[in-house]
Amino acid sequence: MSDFLVLKVMAKLLIPFILLFGFYVQMHGDYGPGGGFQAGVIVAAAFILYAIVFEIGTARRVAPMAVLVTIACLGVLLYAGVGVANLVYGGRFLEYGVLAHEPAHGNHIGILIVEIGVGMAVAAVMMIIFFSFARRR
Amino acid sequence: MDEGARQDARQGRRAIDLYLNIILLVFVAATGIAAVWLRNLLASAMVLGIYSLLMAGLWVVLDAVDVAFTEAAVGAGVTTVLMLLAIALTGREEKRVRTRPWLPLAVSLGAAGLLVYATLGMPDFGAADAPAQTHVAPYYLERGEAETGVPNVVTAVLASYRGFDTLGEVTVIFTAGMGVLVLLGSATRRRRKAPTSAKEDSA
Repeated sequence: MSDFLVLKVMAKLLIPFILLFGFYVQMHGDYGPGGGFQAGVIVAAAFILYAIVFEIGTARRVAPMAVLVTIACLGVLLYAGVGVANLVYGGRFLEYGVLAHEPAHGNHIGILIVEIGVGMAVAAVMMIIFFSFARRR
Repeated sequence: MDEGARQDARQGRRAIDLYLNIILLVFVAATGIAAVWLRNLLASAMVLGIYSLLMAGLWVVLDAVDVAFTEAAVGAGVTTVLMLLAIALTGREEKRVRTRPWLPLAVSLGAAGLLVYATLGMPDFGAADAPAQTHVAPYYLERGEAETGVPNVVTAVLASYRGFDTLGEVTVIFTAGMGVLVLLGSATRRRRKAPTSAKEDSA
């Protein structure tokens, strides 16, 4: 893989912007197109691009399987945890309105947290699937 | 702008949408047939990636940018990579089939014909009195921003009104990842360990 100079230079230039775009899509999902699902896939795509163009060993060291599994679990737990928190605050499951004094504000906060959970789970699962497939060579 | 000019502009936009739809659908059909036709699986995976990108364009024309975003990122991006990995693990050429699959062809053509026939009973494209426009959609569009504080109605519906569905979706994705990990991850580790222990036994 040492010969593909153009690919390597372009990938190195693009990866930071792909990651930044992923975080933008994550946090901007309530105003524009996007959200946790798309952001998770974009962040995973940055890692996958690195693993394909450079070497997969370094990508695995940056994102070890144990960490990815933990992030995936935390993402799902964060989503479900918001629902349980609403129960604790006296609402129904996933009724975000009770999170703040004003229902609309509480909804906004709930959506933001839930989307972060979705992003974490999706990004981690995409990388888990990629690394598991690539491992078998 | 007076009323006539505005109407002209609207009609012009509708015409452009129509031409874009026709062009994109022709290419979608062409890439779909090519993906099945090609014997080289590598080329087939690439064509499927193009197919997804064209579908994303089609969603943009239909003003469904969130769906287009997902289609472009998942369909054209990650799925293509996963297919390439699967091809690298198996083989690049499709096995030649000797038998002529007339019965499956007849079944799929029959099903396709029934589906096309069913579209005749559907409301007109974009009709204002279609059930999709009159059921809960007006409520979301009118009250969504006031109730959730989120201007993007798609996000409001996905994460708040249909939050329970999305929790289920995330759980499905999570389960898929764990399934792949159980099937592929630990199995190779065991296999990699097995030869060394066998060697030690023989030594």
